[in-house]
Amino acid sequence: MAEILNLALLAFSGGGESSGGLLDVNPGLIFWVLVTFVFLMIVLTKIAWKPILASLDEREALIKDSLDSAEKAQKEAEKLLKKNEANLAKAEEQAQKVIAQGREYAEKVKSQMLEESKSEAARMIKEATAQIERKNQEAFNKLKDQVAEIAIEAAEKIIRENLDKEKQTKLIDKYLKDLNKN
Amino acid sequence: MIFSVSESVQDTLISSKINSGGESDWIMHHVLDSHEFDFAPFGSIPLPHISLFGLDISITKHVVFLWIVAVLLIIAFKIAANAYKKSLVPHGFTNFMEVMIIFVRDDIAKPTIGKGYEKFLPYLLTVFFFILFSNFLGLVPNGSTITSNISVTATLAIIAFIVIQGGGMMKNGVFGYFRGLIPGGVPAWLLPIMFIVEILGLFTKPFALAVRLFANMTAGHIIIFSLIGLIFILKTFYVAPVSVAFALFIYLLEILVALIQAYIFTMLTALFIGMAVHQEH
Repeated sequence: MAEILNLALLAFSGGGESSGGLLDVNPGLIFWVLVTFVFLMIVLTKIAWKPILASLDEREALIKDSLDSAEKAQKEAEKLLKKNEANLAKAEEQAQKVIAQGREYAEKVKSQMLEESKSEAARMIKEATAQIERKNQEAFNKLKDQVAEIAIEAAEKIIRENLDKEKQTKLIDKYLKDLNKN
Repeated sequence: MIFSVSESVQDTLISSKINSGGESDWIMHHVLDSHEFDFAPFGSIPLPHISLFGLDISITKHVVFLWIVAVLLIIAFKIAANAYKKSLVPHGFTNFMEVMIIFVRDDIAKPTIGKGYEKFLPYLLTVFFFILFSNFLGLVPNGSTITSNISVTATLAIIAFIVIQGGGMMKNGVFGYFRGLIPGGVPAWLLPIMFIVEILGLFTKPFALAVRLFANMTAGHIIIFSLIGLIFILKTFYVAPVSVAFALFIYLLEILVALIQAYIFTMLTALFIGMAVHQEH
């Protein structure tokens, strides 16, 4: 049994300590690699992998957060811009409305004033016409009076020339009568 | 009599070693493990022989390089981890390390394992950087590639095997894991064969991992040494420019291979973990 084990060892190690085969398996080296590797894994996990991976995760989270917040901010800004645009449009509309209103008012005032002045003018014309008419009447009346007077005077003259004694007396009598009456 | 059989086998092996030495001996000397630490051209330091409970655990050249890799890894990642305490935004060395860590996390662990990959991330990162540093240390003058030693790659494969099976059993339960090995819709008479095949498959995967890494890392070095060796075998200087040019090309290829093998080992381990954890696929 021991001999078989020894042979197996020989087959593996290719002839004991003095060997130099390429495919020799050296149990001592296996032991050292095992110990060193396990030790290395524990140490590196503690001093390197855990902190480094944690930092990487932290940074990734930070970048993701930053991107998210940037996106949110952009969305917010876009919303604000849209709102501003809407406000601007509304203001424009309002301004347009005010201008239209003003224009309408001005138009109204203008037409009103025009109407007023028109009617005033018409009234004045009417008045002037009436006055002219009155003056005309007056002048006509005066002319009529004058004409009557002149006619009477002329008649008087004519009559004075043509009056005989008899007639004169008659007239005087009449006058006298008239005077008496008064 | 039996004893003598064992002894004769040993003798034959030793004598064949001595006889077959010759011209290629120095190549093997560079590739293989040894009990001395080379500082060519300044000589070498002998390393101690240690034995524990009858097990030879001598500090060999590869053990020393194993520890150098471990120390370098700890220093490198301590620096990288400390940089994050100052600022979340890395630069310089930390940035470089972060690129590779993120590569392992996002391109290896996440797509292959999927949900629950975080548990395996420390192991995958350690394996990736351990192999990467080991491979690159082999490209340094006087350095020794510990991943070109089958013992080292076999140990890495054993650890990978444990992690793969452990991950699968933790997720699906021990019984559920073994039941899940056999795909649904298999006829009953095929079940025993399928079970054996699948169990064998569990072992061939890490075996392939170990051999792949070992062969890739050893082959490149042997080719470089062989090309340089041409100068001494042909005993002429005229072959030197060709040798050096080709060796340089292989060396550059080795840099690529060092990266690719670290990636492949980690990638396949992650893939096997993913298959063990999510058996339904």
